[in-house]
Amino acid sequence: MDFKTHISVRDLSVSYGTAVALKNITVEIPEKKITAIIGPSGCGKSTLLKSFNRMIDLAEGARVSGAIVVDGENIFDPGVEVTAIRKKMGLLSQRPFVLPMSIYDNVAYGPRIHGTGSRKVLDPLVERYLREADLWEEVKDRLSQPASRLSVGQQQRLCLARGLAVEPEIILGDEPTSALDPKSSRKIEQRFLELKDDYTIVIVTHILRQAKRLADYVVFLYLGELIEAGPAQEIFRNPQKEMTREYIGGTIS
Amino acid sequence: MNGRRIEEGVFQGLMIASTLIIFLTLGMIIATVVAEGLPALSLQMITQTPQGGYYLGKEGGVLNAILGSLFLAGGASLLALVMSLPVVLYLNVYSHPRSPLSRFTRFSLDVLWGVPSIVYGAFGFTLMIALGLKASLLAGILTVALLVLPIMCRAMDEVMRMSPPELAEASYSLGATRLETALHILSRQCLPGIVTAVLLAFGRGIGDAASVILTAGFTDALPTSLLRPAATLPLAVFFQLGTPIPEVRERAYASALILTLLILLISLLSRLLARKFTRHVVR
Repeated sequence: MDFKTHISVRDLSVSYGTAVALKNITVEIPEKKITAIIGPSGCGKSTLLKSFNRMIDLAEGARVSGAIVVDGENIFDPGVEVTAIRKKMGLLSQRPFVLPMSIYDNVAYGPRIHGTGSRKVLDPLVERYLREADLWEEVKDRLSQPASRLSVGQQQRLCLARGLAVEPEIILGDEPTSALDPKSSRKIEQRFLELKDDYTIVIVTHILRQAKRLADYVVFLYLGELIEAGPAQEIFRNPQKEMTREYIGGTIS
Repeated sequence: MNGRRIEEGVFQGLMIASTLIIFLTLGMIIATVVAEGLPALSLQMITQTPQGGYYLGKEGGVLNAILGSLFLAGGASLLALVMSLPVVLYLNVYSHPRSPLSRFTRFSLDVLWGVPSIVYGAFGFTLMIALGLKASLLAGILTVALLVLPIMCRAMDEVMRMSPPELAEASYSLGATRLETALHILSRQCLPGIVTAVLLAFGRGIGDAASVILTAGFTDALPTSLLRPAATLPLAVFFQLGTPIPEVRERAYASALILTLLILLISLLSRLLARKFTRHVVR
């Protein structure tokens, strides 16, 4: 599979105190594809994802070495503006956390902090991203209501719209459907499949079937080490490593 | 088996008894103040300042103390809010929750909370002299602000610590700075708690006598200047209760009733406001 690299991870190691979470990870994440990071829990999937937008900075006692290059720039360079890195990447967490404000303000929050204040610009923006997240029809008559009144599935789509509104290049999902019912999960997955034409999408999932449904590219981690990475077809049909075969076959989990 | 049933019964009884004591105390305080004060409570009490010979039973009211107390507690709460918001936002957004500095800050606040208000009064008095102030509304506001600062800080801090960390993370992941996250997300999420903390501090400030006796002084005139002494309700109660004249002592209870009603009103208001501001809160 030919691809253009969007995120290039080079010899990345992360440890929390004495516990090593990631060991010398080197991997390329393709542009405008869906990449699934799979592996059993505790294998470092979330740590890798958190490193991409430097949310790892907030983790207690986390030490990072190596580099992650996005658009030719190492995001761990001391001179890099961390807010600019994060603006480039929308994040969907395991459980949706809407902001304590109205539905409208949730979507407008990102654009506002990045300098778009006027209602005239914001109104069409809010509508556009709510549509992109497939939520507009459900909320268009109650935009001023508190976002916390939405259902969990709707909240996750609102979080997606909120993330899209800062115009990121990359969407990160940390098991983004794990708190959702099957129908809401389906909707989120559907959005991902449509959004991958415009965005690089990286999701962490421990649901193999979800990875099979969505992924173009798969990264398999086990106990903090990269076991195998490659196009989804190849990884799922013909894994090269014994460990991958066992994980996909269900022998280890 | 039977022994354990008895044990259960005894302790349940004790719990109910303790709870009843709380209701009883509250009820009796209100009953005493109402019974003793209501007969003397008149429109005159709340619309007039003490006239000549008021403390001997002649005409007048305690409007000077009502306004003085409101100004004093209001000013002190506002000042304390301005000082405590940065402290709690620092504790909850900027500093690491278990860092030595934040632990020491919380410890200091707890100690300050426990300092008796007469000590604040004495400290305020020396502060006042050092600043070249005389007993005045301003000196009273400064002292009471210090008195309610730890209460306000800790009350807000407790609420902010309950805010889920993922909420702040959601804001950071959109590229927000810590200041934006603190002001737009955390403050809003904790708005009900902030309102409660301010009103809690207000209630504590308006009822305190020891901290203002040396710093705000007392006067029969309405508070018109920050640099003039100001009357307060607790002191009005104190002075009136200390006379041998029954009419004046009755008015002391009436003044206490006014103070109690004010505090009751504030408690109710805080509940109401807190509920109103929970509209957007994320759980």
